[in-house]
Amino acid sequence: MLIKLIEYFGAVMEKPLMGLGRIMLLLGSTLKGIVRPPVELRNIVNQMLQIGVNSLPVVLVTAVFTGMVLALQSYTGFKRFGAEGLVGSVVALSMTRELGPVLTALIVTGRAGAAMAAELGTMRVTEQIDALETLATNPVKYLVVPRFLSGMIMLPALTAVTDIIGILGGYFVTVMLLGSSSTTYLRATWDYLELQDIYSGLVKACFFGAAFALISSYKGFYTSGGAEGVGRATTGAVVYSSMTILISDYFLSVWLFK
Amino acid sequence: MIELRDLHKSFNAHYVLRGVNLKVKKGESLVVIGGSGSGKSVLLKHIIGLLKPDQGTIFVDSSDLSLLDEEGLKEIRRKFGMLFQSSALFDSMTVWENVGFGLKRHTHMPDDEIKEVAVQKLKMVGLMGVADEMPSELSGGMRKRVGLARAIAMNPEILLYDEPTTGLDPIMADAINDLIIKMREELNVTSVTITHDMKSAYKIADTIAMLYNGVIIATGTSGEIQNSADPVVRQFVEGRAEGPIKLEGINR
Repeated sequence: MLIKLIEYFGAVMEKPLMGLGRIMLLLGSTLKGIVRPPVELRNIVNQMLQIGVNSLPVVLVTAVFTGMVLALQSYTGFKRFGAEGLVGSVVALSMTRELGPVLTALIVTGRAGAAMAAELGTMRVTEQIDALETLATNPVKYLVVPRFLSGMIMLPALTAVTDIIGILGGYFVTVMLLGSSSTTYLRATWDYLELQDIYSGLVKACFFGAAFALISSYKGFYTSGGAEGVGRATTGAVVYSSMTILISDYFLSVWLFK
Repeated sequence: MIELRDLHKSFNAHYVLRGVNLKVKKGESLVVIGGSGSGKSVLLKHIIGLLKPDQGTIFVDSSDLSLLDEEGLKEIRRKFGMLFQSSALFDSMTVWENVGFGLKRHTHMPDDEIKEVAVQKLKMVGLMGVADEMPSELSGGMRKRVGLARAIAMNPEILLYDEPTTGLDPIMADAINDLIIKMREELNVTSVTITHDMKSAYKIADTIAMLYNGVIIATGTSGEIQNSADPVVRQFVEGRAEGPIKLEGINR
């Protein structure tokens, strides 16, 4: 009975543990690829454009509406006990500490993470990754490293934009639509917001960027099974990246804000 | 030049290679024949180090691939050119960037010189005026040719062909056969081709080896293989459904 149970547990855990092992190996060779010359500058710039610049419109829309709805909801709630003056602080703290990094990461995962997995997956099933190797080019260094670095750099950058635009969205609703005083909003933002709120949010974003890029690259890089496999890889990339972002967010918050 | 000794490889529970022994002499054109799923591609991918054997050794120019580190493997790979079954062109790059990829990465040539070399290699495989097109704009036969131009761009000593004629019409297939022969004559390369196209095999091979059940069961010249007494080889080269080779998943 006990042996059966252990066997069952082993069978269930085998695949996830193997996946975890392989992703750690990929992380290892990615980190090795970062420090070893040459630098794949062209690919890095290209990926920074893909992940960062091309994600900007959708990130902006997300940020402004998140800031707006946050202000609207907290204004309605706070008004019940006469604390409308604190809406600015709520928006600023929520955006910088939590919503900025997490929402940006989720949006970018849906956009750029899916694209990464689909592109690398297609390259795998059409033997383009094998072709790179036969041309004496390390595919991890050529394909994964630029995506990993760009994720790590561009996600904090996008998060900074989200923070600012979110706060402006909150300002717009509170001051322009709900008629609160502009000074009160700005004071509440300025007085309660600390530098640590901002940079800890950016640290989170950096981690999320590395995580989604690594997971999406991994899913694409080890695709098998033709077009269907590419579809599976893309779905897997978005699901596992999003889960990792949401779960690690809690633990990062515990660590950063203790 | 290339020697495989007792090569074993399995994927999960699927045993593909069960002790392959094979030698390719310098300048020789070896063709490995075998049915679909017999492990031909797996065999070819071992020669260039894309796959690592579970057991056994691969020698290329007397260096043991399993003992090489990443840099050593890179050096060895520069002796090779490989033409993939699906051509495997980089679809984000133009034709000439594909052909010049190796030069761009491993030499300090300026772009215009790389393009010049690429155009010359394209001409060698019979393609003109396509250098600036994207691979997606080309037909299957043209893509194969671009793949071949890319494979020969760095002047390799060994060319590997993964089912070069599969998926092409008979005329285009024969044109590719002629190109393979031309490459050998003009560039003096050693070549290993895997195929199940017997017409192509007879035309391009010095030596034919047949892979069956994970081992090489027969080796010989075109004539020897054509007249082999081995019932398995006979069935395959004559292309009959009845015989000792059982078709997977089909009951008779």
